Amino acid sequence: MSTRLAKGGRLIDRSAAVEFTFNGRRLKGFKGDTLAASLLANDQMLMGRSFKYHRARGAVASGAEEPNALINLGRGAFMEPNQRATTTETFEGMEAQSQNHWPSLDFDVGVVNNALARFLPGGFYYKTFIHPRAAWKHVFEPVIRKAAGLGKAPTEMDGDRYEQAYAFCDVLVAGGGIAGLQAALAAASGGARVMVLEQTPFWGGRAPVDGDVIDGMPADTWVKTTVEALEKMPNVMMRTRCMVAGVYDHGYVLAEDRIADHTPGDGRPKKRLWRIRATRIVAATGALERPLSFAGNDIPGVMLASAVRDYVTNWAVSPGDRTVVVTNNDDAYRTAIALKEAGLVVPVIVDARTQANGPLPTKARAMGIRVETGKAIAKVKGGKRVTGVSLCMQAGEGAALEDISCDVVAMSGGWSPVVHLWSHCGGKLNWDATHAMFRPDATRPPISHDGQAMVYPAGAANGALKAADALADAAAQGAAAAGAAPFTAASAEPREEAALEPVWVMPQGAGYKLKSKMWLDYQNDVKVSDVQLAAREGYESVEHTKRYTTLGMATDQGKLSNINGLAILAGALNRDIPNVGTTTFRPPYTPVTLGALAGEARGEIFQPLRRSPIHAWHEANGAYFEPVGLWRRPYCFTRGGENHAQSVEREILNTRNGVGLLDASTLGKLIVKGPDAGRFLDMLYTNVMSTLGIGKCRYGLMCNENGFLSDDGVVVRLSDDTWLCHTTTGGAERIHAHMEDWLQCEWWDWQVYVANVTEEYAQIAVAGPKSRALLEKLGGMDVSAETLPFMSFADGTLGGLPVRAYRISFSGELSYELAVPASYGLELWEKLVEAGRDLGVMPYGTEAMHIMRAEKGFIMIGDETDGTVIPQDLNLGWAISKKKADYLGKRGQERSFLASPDRWKLAGFETLDGSVIPDGAYIIAPGSNANGQGNTQGRVTSTYYSPTLKKGIAMGLIKGGMGRAGDVVEFTKIGGAPVKAKVVDPVFYDKEGANQNG
Amino acid sequence: MLTLECPYCGVMADETELSPGYEAHLKRFGPGSTDEQFEAYMFARKNPKGVHFERWRHAYGCGKWFLAARDTATLEVFGTYAAQSSAPPQALQDKIKAKRPDWKGF
Repeated sequence: MSTRLAKGGRLIDRSAAVEFTFNGRRLKGFKGDTLAASLLANDQMLMGRSFKYHRARGAVASGAEEPNALINLGRGAFMEPNQRATTTETFEGMEAQSQNHWPSLDFDVGVVNNALARFLPGGFYYKTFIHPRAAWKHVFEPVIRKAAGLGKAPTEMDGDRYEQAYAFCDVLVAGGGIAGLQAALAAASGGARVMVLEQTPFWGGRAPVDGDVIDGMPADTWVKTTVEALEKMPNVMMRTRCMVAGVYDHGYVLAEDRIADHTPGDGRPKKRLWRIRATRIVAATGALERPLSFAGNDIPGVMLASAVRDYVTNWAVSPGDRTVVVTNNDDAYRTAIALKEAGLVVPVIVDARTQANGPLPTKARAMGIRVETGKAIAKVKGGKRVTGVSLCMQAGEGAALEDISCDVVAMSGGWSPVVHLWSHCGGKLNWDATHAMFRPDATRPPISHDGQAMVYPAGAANGALKAADALADAAAQGAAAAGAAPFTAASAEPREEAALEPVWVMPQGAGYKLKSKMWLDYQNDVKVSDVQLAAREGYESVEHTKRYTTLGMATDQGKLSNINGLAILAGALNRDIPNVGTTTFRPPYTPVTLGALAGEARGEIFQPLRRSPIHAWHEANGAYFEPVGLWRRPYCFTRGGENHAQSVEREILNTRNGVGLLDASTLGKLIVKGPDAGRFLDMLYTNVMSTLGIGKCRYGLMCNENGFLSDDGVVVRLSDDTWLCHTTTGGAERIHAHMEDWLQCEWWDWQVYVANVTEEYAQIAVAGPKSRALLEKLGGMDVSAETLPFMSFADGTLGGLPVRAYRISFSGELSYELAVPASYGLELWEKLVEAGRDLGVMPYGTEAMHIMRAEKGFIMIGDETDGTVIPQDLNLGWAISKKKADYLGKRGQERSFLASPDRWKLAGFETLDGSVIPDGAYIIAPGSNANGQGNTQGRVTSTYYSPTLKKGIAMGLIKGGMGRAGDVVEFTKIGGAPVKAKVVDPVFYDKEGANQNG
Repeated sequence: MLTLECPYCGVMADETELSPGYEAHLKRFGPGSTDEQFEAYMFARKNPKGVHFERWRHAYGCGKWFLAARDTATLEVFGTYAAQSSAPPQALQDKIKAKRPDWKGF
């Protein structure tokens, strides 16, 4: 059984006991524990179930690489699935639950998949569910979805708070082991601004566990001294519990800071996402131990040798009483020695090498530990817990020589440098055959904006696995990253270790039966036999094999399985390992909580809101808002028990018969000024703006160089050299940028200024037959038809406020648009409401505006246009100058296909039964296309019930356009018979324009 | 996420401050041009793996357009310069030539 040892534990505080629950059971741990350590201390080896076969799973590692011990933490709004028990700190009151099992962790029915494993090989999903096609959607997918998934998604909105912070530094050191600290010292001593980020809660990494001696001190002491020295330096910032998730272009780094993960409810944000711009990055990210592939290597109790040593040394937790160590290198002997020193039993060290005579094996033998060289594990016995192992010859096929009882197997297949941060931006790797590992190739680093190396790997991450080498390497890399003078490294007592011998399958001659029990990816249940099957089926690329078998696609992203898997693949393909290569390393290094990525950008402040100066009045008067870009505009104003459709109908009828007010402040307003402003506008608009008289308004169209319609609006000539261009509400910023682009990059010698004054003015449309009467009631400027005719404007005062009144109309009614400085907007609106009380004035919203313009046959950018429509398609040829030699889009519109008579052009539609054509409906044409889909000959672009005409009206594009007038066509209707409609003039209301011109 | 130095402000601008404008030094073809010329102007882009000249706007900074010479594979930035240029500055061309001897010119 696993238990807490009576003494030791360098990271725990025995005076601070913490109580937590696991699957409802109350358990005790100590401050400083990880959850995995606490669970093991309580003899809870079984921590989860695997993804595919639901096999029993215990912790295999002690850190970030853990694939098995995934835990659900908390509940309700504070629930978090898939947290690694090996990196989660135990805290008082913690609620932890195991995942992926039903009905219980101990008894799981999904394990039936395990019995069927023979029929569920790699690529099983692809092979089985491809036929019949329809079955995927209706049968297979729903069933698989129910059974699949890791953990459960929370059902409540996240109750925790997250924040983001920005930081800048010259050198960012990822990793706070001895290499990271040494590199930080070297970089900071030259004055560089240095950040040191360590993912665990403590400094020093593995060296203290491995018993290194640095500068004559135990590693723990050296780490403490060095951390204190760094903390005193004003140019150094240090964070623990802060994981560097990814390195991106030009030194952009994301790091996840677990601020209050271990102290929930203390008022601090749970996590902080650091967004760092670092000139250089030192990746002192250490190395990860590799498992060995022997049969039954996934049974709870089989752990990495380094993890076993960590649990004993760091947390005083014995994973078991009797531990068999199996290895291909000297390092694992440290585990045997540590266990023996802790008073535990190591029945045997199984060493696959034929010889083991270095200092460590010698010491182990001297301590009385039996060492068996040239041996292997034939298989591990046990179900939910290891009960023993069978030994065999490594050179053989697995014939059992001897059975040994044990409850833990500590395995070591060698070490792989953590090259993730080096590789995220394209740093290349070399295969180091001596140490059987990929290490960074210093000649092919990731590049920053200046063409220089961006990432400097240091220490074990750079393949320098021994303390002395790691310190020397880190001092050099730290100084180089900072561009500082060479720095004298601390010196560590040398470690003498014999070379490892790569072992990818144990025993080397194992047959299918054993290989189908050798796990590579513990979480996804990918075995040696699956990768070999993929190779036999023709998967030669490591990237394809990964996706076919799901090797390395678990939440640990192949940290344990990657190298072993590709070595197996290389063997199956008869290639060497560098020839097969690795899969791509992508951020994040370990999963980052979505909440941290969102930061504060949620709810109300998800995005900035733009409000018109009259917004507060709308809110107080029943406005139902709709988003228009970042603006919120009233869709309608509801009264009494009205629904929205009733409000819209009332607003339209009141405007058509009386007077209505529309808040048009959101319309884009761009001032274009300068000696060349007229010439510039003639290039931008399809019609001529330079000839517009001062005091006059003209409707204009803007196209892109492709010829397609991009925006429209009324242009006003303010003075000899000044024009005001109105754009659509969503178009102001885009059109402003468009103007700047052409002015700065093409016609940079033209003297023109453009200013976006959209928010400087409030604008109110006063529309309806009684609009003039309303303005006259306010009093001030002359608004008569004679003084202020249609398509003109005048400056003056109304109700004592400075007003610019435009006679323009988007409703088709007699209409004035009144612009006032934004700060007067609300006052003018309130005065209009007050003065118009007797006239029955009512505000109207965007939906009434849309319907009234459709009744009048006015196009709307984004409804009638979609980026493939030219003005000619919309019968707007009258707004295109024939005389101008050039304007943006003119050459594009001259292309032959845009002149084709087959183009879909604008027409109006009236249904025969008065109903409303569904949004997005297509006009049916005879026959079907090559894919068996029905042919079409047009589509609806705007379709409404017209309260004015008491029937459905629509605009749309149809092949042949108005040449089809009088035809009856059919529109599609989902879930119903096609809708018959007659092609008519798109101007449904006041065709002569008597109302608006009046 | 790239950083580019705005030649107007002199600041190293983060990509989030910038808006992209694709290939630089295109010659505009308007009315009177052939279909081939117009097609080349509108659609034919070099899209090289290597040295590329491109337009960027310091949209959330000074608002100015500028041009940048950048290696699309390594992301090395050789330099930035004002948009009001019909060719890259000679010094920049020399610098690129020195770093990328195979470069055929802009």
